[in-house]
Amino acid sequence: MTWWHRLWRRKQIDEQLDKELRFHLDRHAADLIARGRPLEQATREARLALGGPEQVKEECRDARGTRWLEDLLQDFRYTLRTLRQKPGFAAVTLSTLALGIGATTVMFTVINGVLLKPLAYPEPERLVTLHRHTEKYGDWWGVSYPNFLDCQRESRSLTPMAAWSYGGGTVSEPGEAEYVAGRQISSGLFSVYGVALLRGRAFLPEEDRPGAAPVVIISYGLWQRRYSGSRSAIGSPLGFDGKSYTVVGIAPAGFRLDGDADVFTPLGQNTEVRMRNREANFIHVVARLGPGVTLAEAQAELALIGRRLAEQYPKANAASGLQAQPLRQDLVGDVRPTLWLLLGAVSLVLLIACVNIASLLLARAVSRERELAMRVALGAGRGRLVRQCLTESAVLGICGGALGVLLAAIGIRPFVVFWPGSLPRAEEIRLDWHVLLFALSASLCSGLLFGLAPALRASARELEQCLRAGARTITGSSRRLHSGFVIAEIALAVVLLVAAGILGRTVLRLSSLDPGINIRNVLATHVSLSPGVLENPAQIRAAWSDVVDRARRVPGVQSVALTDIIPMRVGENGLGYWTTPAPPPPNQIPIALASSVTPDYLKVMGVPLRQGRFFNDHDRIDAEPVVVIDEVLAQHAFGGSEPVGKRLWVQALGPAKVVGVVGHVRHWGLASDDQAQVRDQIYYPFAQVPDHLMRLFSSFMSMAVRTSIQPLNVVEPLRRELRGATGDQTLYDVRTMEELASASLASQRFLMTLFGVFAGLALLLACIGIYGVLVYVTSQRVPEIGLRMALGASARNVIWHVLRQSLGMIFVGVGVGLATAAAAARLLQRLVAGVRSTEPLTFGIMISILVVAALFASFLPARRASRVDPMRALRQE
Amino acid sequence: MTAKSDLPQGTLDLLILKIAALGPIHGYAIAQRLQQVSRDVVQVPQGSLYPALHRLENRGLLAADWKETETGREAKFYHLTRKGRAQLETEAASWRRLIEAVSLILRMSEGGAE
Repeated sequence: MTWWHRLWRRKQIDEQLDKELRFHLDRHAADLIARGRPLEQATREARLALGGPEQVKEECRDARGTRWLEDLLQDFRYTLRTLRQKPGFAAVTLSTLALGIGATTVMFTVINGVLLKPLAYPEPERLVTLHRHTEKYGDWWGVSYPNFLDCQRESRSLTPMAAWSYGGGTVSEPGEAEYVAGRQISSGLFSVYGVALLRGRAFLPEEDRPGAAPVVIISYGLWQRRYSGSRSAIGSPLGFDGKSYTVVGIAPAGFRLDGDADVFTPLGQNTEVRMRNREANFIHVVARLGPGVTLAEAQAELALIGRRLAEQYPKANAASGLQAQPLRQDLVGDVRPTLWLLLGAVSLVLLIACVNIASLLLARAVSRERELAMRVALGAGRGRLVRQCLTESAVLGICGGALGVLLAAIGIRPFVVFWPGSLPRAEEIRLDWHVLLFALSASLCSGLLFGLAPALRASARELEQCLRAGARTITGSSRRLHSGFVIAEIALAVVLLVAAGILGRTVLRLSSLDPGINIRNVLATHVSLSPGVLENPAQIRAAWSDVVDRARRVPGVQSVALTDIIPMRVGENGLGYWTTPAPPPPNQIPIALASSVTPDYLKVMGVPLRQGRFFNDHDRIDAEPVVVIDEVLAQHAFGGSEPVGKRLWVQALGPAKVVGVVGHVRHWGLASDDQAQVRDQIYYPFAQVPDHLMRLFSSFMSMAVRTSIQPLNVVEPLRRELRGATGDQTLYDVRTMEELASASLASQRFLMTLFGVFAGLALLLACIGIYGVLVYVTSQRVPEIGLRMALGASARNVIWHVLRQSLGMIFVGVGVGLATAAAAARLLQRLVAGVRSTEPLTFGIMISILVVAALFASFLPARRASRVDPMRALRQE
Repeated sequence: MTAKSDLPQGTLDLLILKIAALGPIHGYAIAQRLQQVSRDVVQVPQGSLYPALHRLENRGLLAADWKETETGREAKFYHLTRKGRAQLETEAASWRRLIEAVSLILRMSEGGAE
């Protein structure tokens, strides 16, 4: 018989046991009678010899080995029965728990998908990215193409190694002209990732060279869109950026380097000057650790290669080295602390929920004390009672957890969509068995947490004292436990409230900051010139001035400017600068954000001119090179002296005359600009960009437009007007500056909203907790209160008496919470840009809110206590 | 809790197995047989006999059938399974080894005292 059988047929087995024991007793009695004992005495002796039949039966049941399961089933049924009897209690506990576990599960699902799950490549832990490390600015640079080639050739530990860089363009054939994002990749890229192409083949090494036949790999999306997934796409032509490419492969669906891209071209076919420039660090490098090589060994080898490169090419590589870091780290970037922070916050909410339920359960356990004592008197073991209590809370936990998982399944998508910007690896966020396991253990842990206090109580009570005392008195220990729960809840709520308050104040403060530009009625958009003009620098210049002229003619447009970087949008160009003819040592060169613009830029963006002049139409390629600097750079480079008229040497631009000083622009966003490493800003005329860089600049130039009407209303007319003679000039990434400014605070606002919700929940739960505990405590003390009133206490005295008790708990809770909240505030300051941890006002406001709410929650039971009828209360005793 | 048997821990199981090895037998008869064979030296509290029987049945060392006794009543008759027989042999062997070892030690210590 299996245990399952035994469990299933336990009724029959019990009957048989009964029969077996009866047989034994009868035979024994019969033997005794045969020896001459009278019937009654024989029966009695036989019974005594066997011992209590019920006890023997219990032990036999224990011996069967399925006892725990039977008990579990029994406890389970009992729990369901008690829950059904008290639907209000069940609803409150289950919904509290479902909310807590649901929220925690959502956060864990995101963390699991983004941080924990291995990347979807073979042996993902061996994939690394390479960065150029500089002493002054840490490692936020790419690598130059010549350095990549040297590194690829020399490295033994990082094989294979591949490179890529950004490169979008206009697809003109087959179908309508459309701007698509693209990547230029070296031939080994797909084999580094270990990804096979869906159709066709990867680039061959001989195709990864200047002058090779133009070939292209397209994304699954583009294949579906432009070729409707046809097999004949391989080998067919694709018009891209004015050239005709042959499609040789189709990337598998979902393959992405960073962000989506539709077109992959061979990096080595790029003939731009910067491909030969060792100082142009724009290449992204990925590699796979060779068999048996550790990351540390690879680092050591890279350091060696980096040193050699620095010796051989000191101008480009001095004071910099190469570093590898796991690809996952690179992909996930800076969301890691935010995610853990949020998981921490929801865990606090769950903890408060648990404390709340524990105090409810405890209140119930105290009122069930007589029942428990009765069970002990009837022979239940202490262990058995503890087990019963724990079963009850485990059942609660699991039911709540199941509801929570349901909530999480519904809530996860909206949460990911709501995330500011794009969450890395968002497509991998889903409920899987890791998440279910997490939810199950969270539910069981919660169950254990809130079930422990009542369970331990059940075992520790003195039996007869309890039976004698009756259910009407409340002992000191349980009152202390209740107070402990309330204090814990308040302390946790303080932490969340203060965190939410600090974030709220931060968002308020940051939104009121001056971005340095006038963000109202400004539209920023990328422009992709007609591919036909890109071969000739003179034609490119003409095309750009045509773009500006045409845009000016659109009704509602006031002024138009071109610029390579738009404030608060992704994209940057850092250049070193110095003020004497001889450059300082490479590791001491300061870096400024350099932006090439057309003369109307100041007017469009509304940047204030502080000194001198801005550019005009005379600042051309054949005129004297000029730059305009911002006040931050003026302060850094020239101190108190007059900068206008001085000379400034800028990397890659050469010496130029400073003709003006303008206000600082918060390029890195409202929140992050103060902490940014590069805050100096240089502007130089787009007209003075040399011919050989024209094509490169054209690939990332943007247009900024100041309008007199709602900026989004000019988007369509602009699009139409700018189509150009050949109809293949396109606008993409169209944003208003207001959108960009607001997006630069999105993560702070998002955190504030979430923390606000969590804090609200915590406050609500804490108030319910206080309310519940006080209702319970006062109802237990009705006789005492009655006595007080009979002895002359007024209603007001009674209210004050109860409130004083709750005030005590509230203040201890606030005190404990304050210390924790101060630590939490420092953590926030470290993790969220723009947060200041010392905000006494915020602390004060949030704590007053809490105290008022808690007092309100305690006022209701206090008033109820004051309306006790003394006579009736005394008679109850 | 009921009083413990005077037998050393685990011996009751061994004795039950030995008695059941002689042929199918019901609980009451086992109790009688234990008392008789040991000439009343071994006092098995009858209360702990049945849990032991059920435990052994549970572990598959004993199997049970309901059969009629000579008086015509139905009783639960236990008999040894093949697994039970193997268990009996190993346990009996180890028991004998233990007894020999213990008596050796006892004799030696007597010799030492002289």
